[in-house]
Amino acid sequence: MLRYLIPLAVFIILVIFLAIGLKNDPRYVPSPLIGKPAPDFSLPRLFTPSTTFGPKSLRGKVWILNAWTSDCVGCRQEHPYLLALSKNKLINLIGLDYRDSNTLAIALLKEHGNPYQVVVTDQDGSVGIDYGVYAVPETFIIDKKGIIRFKYIGPLFPDEINKTILPLIKKLNEEVG
Amino acid sequence: MIVEFGQFALILALILALIQAVLPLIGTLINLPNLILVARPAAQAQFLALVISFACLVYAFVIHDFSVAYVANNSNTNLPLLYRVSAVWGAHEGSLLLWALVLSLWTFAVTIFSRQVPPLMLARVVSIMGWISIGFLLFLIITSNPFARLFPVPAQGHDLNPLLQDFGLAIHPPMLYMGYVGLSVAFAFAIAAMWANRLDSAWARWSRPWTNIAWIFLTLGIALGSWWAYYELGWGGWWFWDPVENASFMPWLVATALIHSLAVTDKRSSFKAWTALLAIFAFSLSLLGTFLVRSGVLTSVHAFASDPERGVFILLFLLLVVGGSLTLFAMRAPLIKSHSQFSLLSRETALLLNNIFLVVLAIGILAGTLFPIFTVALNLGKYSVGFPFFNFIFVLLGTPLALLLGFGQLLRWKKDRARQHITKLIPLAISILLAVASVLMMSYFSFYALLGMSLAWWMLIMTITSFMQRFKNQPFSFSSLRKIPPSYYGTHIAHIGVVVFCVGITLTSNYSSKKDVLLKPGESYQMDGYRYKFNGAKQITGPNYRGYEGDVVITKNNTVIANMKPQKRIYFSQQNPMTEAAIDAGFTRDLFVALGEERGQAGAWTLRLYYKPFIRWIWLGAIIMSLGGLVASFDKRYRQKNKRTQTAAEKDRPDGELA
Repeated sequence: MLRYLIPLAVFIILVIFLAIGLKNDPRYVPSPLIGKPAPDFSLPRLFTPSTTFGPKSLRGKVWILNAWTSDCVGCRQEHPYLLALSKNKLINLIGLDYRDSNTLAIALLKEHGNPYQVVVTDQDGSVGIDYGVYAVPETFIIDKKGIIRFKYIGPLFPDEINKTILPLIKKLNEEVG
Repeated sequence: MIVEFGQFALILALILALIQAVLPLIGTLINLPNLILVARPAAQAQFLALVISFACLVYAFVIHDFSVAYVANNSNTNLPLLYRVSAVWGAHEGSLLLWALVLSLWTFAVTIFSRQVPPLMLARVVSIMGWISIGFLLFLIITSNPFARLFPVPAQGHDLNPLLQDFGLAIHPPMLYMGYVGLSVAFAFAIAAMWANRLDSAWARWSRPWTNIAWIFLTLGIALGSWWAYYELGWGGWWFWDPVENASFMPWLVATALIHSLAVTDKRSSFKAWTALLAIFAFSLSLLGTFLVRSGVLTSVHAFASDPERGVFILLFLLLVVGGSLTLFAMRAPLIKSHSQFSLLSRETALLLNNIFLVVLAIGILAGTLFPIFTVALNLGKYSVGFPFFNFIFVLLGTPLALLLGFGQLLRWKKDRARQHITKLIPLAISILLAVASVLMMSYFSFYALLGMSLAWWMLIMTITSFMQRFKNQPFSFSSLRKIPPSYYGTHIAHIGVVVFCVGITLTSNYSSKKDVLLKPGESYQMDGYRYKFNGAKQITGPNYRGYEGDVVITKNNTVIANMKPQKRIYFSQQNPMTEAAIDAGFTRDLFVALGEERGQAGAWTLRLYYKPFIRWIWLGAIIMSLGGLVASFDKRYRQKNKRTQTAAEKDRPDGELA
């Protein structure tokens, strides 16, 4: 009796579609900024607020911009992996302390270690808006020409770092600046 | 220490679920009574283990144990106690733990309240529920451990999503889960009956009260969600055809069909394969709902937690459970012989049509909800289906359903004569006349209002007529009222609930007013006979938020109706402002004021004003429907050991041996 197999057949087709739907990972939000120049900024450094820092000084280098705050749980989760990542000589990791209290941010980095070469403070969130940050932590990779090549939303775990971040950095470093 | 204890209890629950699932299964296969008898205590012990585990998580929230990642992510020292407890199910891990707890609670209830079910059958049911429990507990422990620790321990937590800091939403998920998971009982009974090759009317009778009670929770859970969306989101709507809402509405539609189909299988021993399929379908849609909400395949206004890796697990689980059940169905359904015949004009036909309309509506909503997934998978781009489609199929299929509801109640089982029912054109005409009169009382004419009100009057008249049929051969007296079985009362009460619901959606959808206005302090605005006077907004501070509170006085003919205090809150932990609308609720209308944005220096604010006639009737209808379901569940027939319906073939089977 074939007609009793119809429900099963319809269900299998549904599962196939759902499986395809799952592959469209909502974390990789197609950022309109990918392939575009990284927005310029000049922001005070966290530890020396009288001096400023901007992406111009990183021209010719591959660098990572990591938007974080001291009160964000996802940032705490990725913190040990960022520390490990910062040991790698190829990595230029810049922190964007997004709408945060400087005191709390400094206290956190002093207590648990500082993975960043430079941390800048984005008190009013305007640079965050330029980069389209909507939920910290977010991570951007910028190439030697200052073009954004990759964006990731959410905490970085070793899986993502080893599978995506490190190979991409290696590849971008081989490109001509 | 308590946290590790909770973790341990969770693992213990998994082991007990394995015992509950495997030993009775072996027992039924090799006919070993001792193993069959393990089902009951194992299920009860599993319930106890999960209660302990859940209590440990609640404790971690209450004492602010931020070393637990889940607590740190969803709680905060400023959070009031009530919301610290409801925060337990505020996100993925905890809501899954609640799910597993509810499943074991239902299994526990089955072991207590199924004395009339033969032990062998009960063992099968409990074993199947054990297998479902194994799936959920593995999912919890492997992908979503609520007890995972966080290091370094943060001094402060991240806070609960402010949308969820509300009493309605604190109790909405447990209600909904009781409904979703409760459908697993009807599912387990159907699978057990197919497994034993005993799809008979006894099986239907055992399933009926469980299906009713699950359906009551589902009805109330959906109504609570709708009520919450109405007053908390500040959009003034009560239903958005959002994927998450649809995920709860689809199982409800199929469960409603199942309730009606079970009645036919119970009383007429007909529709057996169809009823079994509906039981599978209803629970599958509950699981699919979990998949849609938890996997992130669909974006939704309230996708509070989603993770694609977890989606893979749920999808595999779905494939095993639903695929397995449908395979069993394909193997067993051809063996079922239906003895009873019915003619075209009979209550069976009416209930079959009721089932078809409900299921087609559910499939239509499923197709609309999954439409974006289909178009993306077929590389057509990302499209989604909105309001117009869903409203269209709802009206298109709801209209014949309402007509049938009125008429079907008066039809006889098996065969009825058409000539007797020509007289039903009289109540139909009266309904339309009453509807015209009702619509003329409103401010303007609308075709859909006339349609909706005609259907409401029709269902009301026919439900009362059907109820009064009991008194054809006996006087209308207290003693004859007492003789009527609860299920008869239940049916009619639930149908009156549909009438109230129908009036609510008809009048709210057709006669609501909405206006966005900009008012300076002292200015006022007139709408639908009500004058809204704005007296300015002031700053306020709450335990974990700050914000503004407006002051609006509503008058009608110079009499003060209400003093409204709509709020705009900014929670410390979030950037997005939250709207707390002020609502003056009434039996025939709601007045609704939401505070928008401050404009300029003069203290002027944008305000959103709504007039919503009869909106309470929507939720009132849902409450009356559930009440009907509850009354029907008390019918004594469901609790009797009834041998009368056993056929000779069924008596040959060994199931009765332990009874």
